[in-house]
Amino acid sequence: MTDKAKDALPITVRNVTKTYGKVFALNDVCLDIKSGEFLTLLGPSGSGKTTLLMVLAGFTRPDSGSLMFGDREVIRTAPHLRDVGMVFQNYALFPHMTVAGNVGYPLRLRKIGKSEMDERINRALETVQLGGYGDRKIDQLSGGQKQRVALARSIVFEPRILLMDEPLSALDKKLRDRMQIELRHLHEKLGMTTVYVTHDQREALTMSDRIAVVNFGRIMQLANPRQLYDQPANRFVADFIGDSTFLPVTRNGSGVTFDGAALKTTNPVPDAASLLLMLRPERVRLLSGATGDNMNTFAATVSELVYQGDSYLMYAQLPDGSEISLRGAVRDGTVSGLPKVGDPVTLGLDPADTVVIDGTDS
Amino acid sequence: MNTLATNAPGLRRDEGMERLALFGLASPALLLVMVILVIPVGWLFYLSFIGADGQFSLENYARMVERKSYSRIFVTTFQVSLLTTGLCIAIGYPLAYFMSQLPTKIANLCLITVLLPFWTSLLVRTYAWLVLLQKQGLVNSWAISLGLWDEPIKIVHNMTGTLIGMVHIMLPFLILPVYGAMRAIDRDYLKAASNLGASPSRAFWTVFFPLSTPGLFAGALMVFVLCLGFFVTPAVLGGGKVILVSMKIVSNIELFVNWGAASAMGVVLLVLTVAILWIASRFLRLEQMTGGGH
Repeated sequence: MTDKAKDALPITVRNVTKTYGKVFALNDVCLDIKSGEFLTLLGPSGSGKTTLLMVLAGFTRPDSGSLMFGDREVIRTAPHLRDVGMVFQNYALFPHMTVAGNVGYPLRLRKIGKSEMDERINRALETVQLGGYGDRKIDQLSGGQKQRVALARSIVFEPRILLMDEPLSALDKKLRDRMQIELRHLHEKLGMTTVYVTHDQREALTMSDRIAVVNFGRIMQLANPRQLYDQPANRFVADFIGDSTFLPVTRNGSGVTFDGAALKTTNPVPDAASLLLMLRPERVRLLSGATGDNMNTFAATVSELVYQGDSYLMYAQLPDGSEISLRGAVRDGTVSGLPKVGDPVTLGLDPADTVVIDGTDS
Repeated sequence: MNTLATNAPGLRRDEGMERLALFGLASPALLLVMVILVIPVGWLFYLSFIGADGQFSLENYARMVERKSYSRIFVTTFQVSLLTTGLCIAIGYPLAYFMSQLPTKIANLCLITVLLPFWTSLLVRTYAWLVLLQKQGLVNSWAISLGLWDEPIKIVHNMTGTLIGMVHIMLPFLILPVYGAMRAIDRDYLKAASNLGASPSRAFWTVFFPLSTPGLFAGALMVFVLCLGFFVTPAVLGGGKVILVSMKIVSNIELFVNWGAASAMGVVLLVLTVAILWIASRFLRLEQMTGGGH
């Protein structure tokens, strides 16, 4: 039996709606998850991302819609017949069983023979680097170890779909960063279709093949991390992923203007009534003296300068009163060489970084 | 530097004073336990070794071994206690499960109704059962008018009546700890079981039930121990047909004024109860009885 013994399954979500009273937890959601893909549902709390995951697992019954695992309709299938693995936010490890008891639980339910069961438990524990921990009790484990046991339990029966509900949120930052990479490797190795829920945008960007940004029970944008960061579909996504400031711009023929000056951009301008220029702080540059010819430039006054260790953050005010932020790396002498609060500065934006987004409130 | 060194004895003294203050707070209760428990039990123990002639003797214990009627009483007591505990589990566990699955607000309402009998005197509740269960009582007359049986049947002044009354009185003592243990079970455990492939009944027996057993053991133990020394209800509803240790103790004192015999029975009951608690405590930690810890 190889690690990819079973093929992964695609998931098809069609017009799934779930209301609580008059509130839409899920509003006509459609989503195609490719087989073997690592897809993250990203959104603020109350956005509906967890509800969608619970619909996939079968714990929440939607009002309407269709859900297919491969070509099998499962919207009315009971959770225990869906054959999907799931890692819970609080791990939900059975406290009255040992580590091996927990990992072996799904195998016992599937009436797998003793010797094969032991072998598979060991293999699963080794996969999550907990070989030899089988006899431990659950309350003897650290948070990170519990997380790994929960993971081992959810993959030991080789489900073709794996669901994860903020599995790393209880871990401290360093461990979380390491587990993100480990989960990513594990996914590459096992190849099961994985749906991951998080509210942490950096986690989503680190781990995912594609990210579905969810809010108000709808999918605001579905794209790979790069697209999502560089070409957000709307203001919500731009705001939620990364830091950004926005400036209102006006359409002028095929281009756009800000404060009367035309902006150079290599990116497409969306066809929308209201347009916003999105400025990522780390893409805005501080120009010294001679301005870059090919850049969009903004004259501004420094209003705040914050030292943050690995970088500095500068807030600069434009003549029209709006404020934009700029992040720069701190290297030798940079801080002392920086302008002071109240100094006039010229900020530059490369045409490739000049991203105009749909500013219509969604 | 100097003041730092001299602080240490003062800090130690503060620590000592705090402990003394805590002990002071506990002392009224300790005194009370001494006066109303330790001394009387010691006195009881002493009395049980005093024979009819006022001299030290083992006759009170010898009588219990020799006479069949005594051993029968102990057997009956354990039988009634076990049956009551069993019936309480059979009725109380499903009820506690049902309550634990309700939304908290409704569950709390149910809990109040479970506790409602505590607001009425034990004696009143016991005599109420007598009224309901007697030959011309409500139960008989309704059952006959419904055609369930033709003649009034004897459901009180016997084992049946005793058990009905005792189960009713004891039920809350079982439901409360069981309900508490069930409420503490994270619902994600059941979701996880179901996600891993367990049908609802498998998930119940492999996850929910094992996690509720500390509460069940605690409740069952409490009911069983309380039953061993129960007097009022079995005395009224048993009508002299079901004789328990507590009743024999009373008759030894009231009828025969034999304090030695009564004391010896009390001591045996106490020793048996402690032995049972000790055995049980080897299977579960006692703090679970008070709802602490998991």
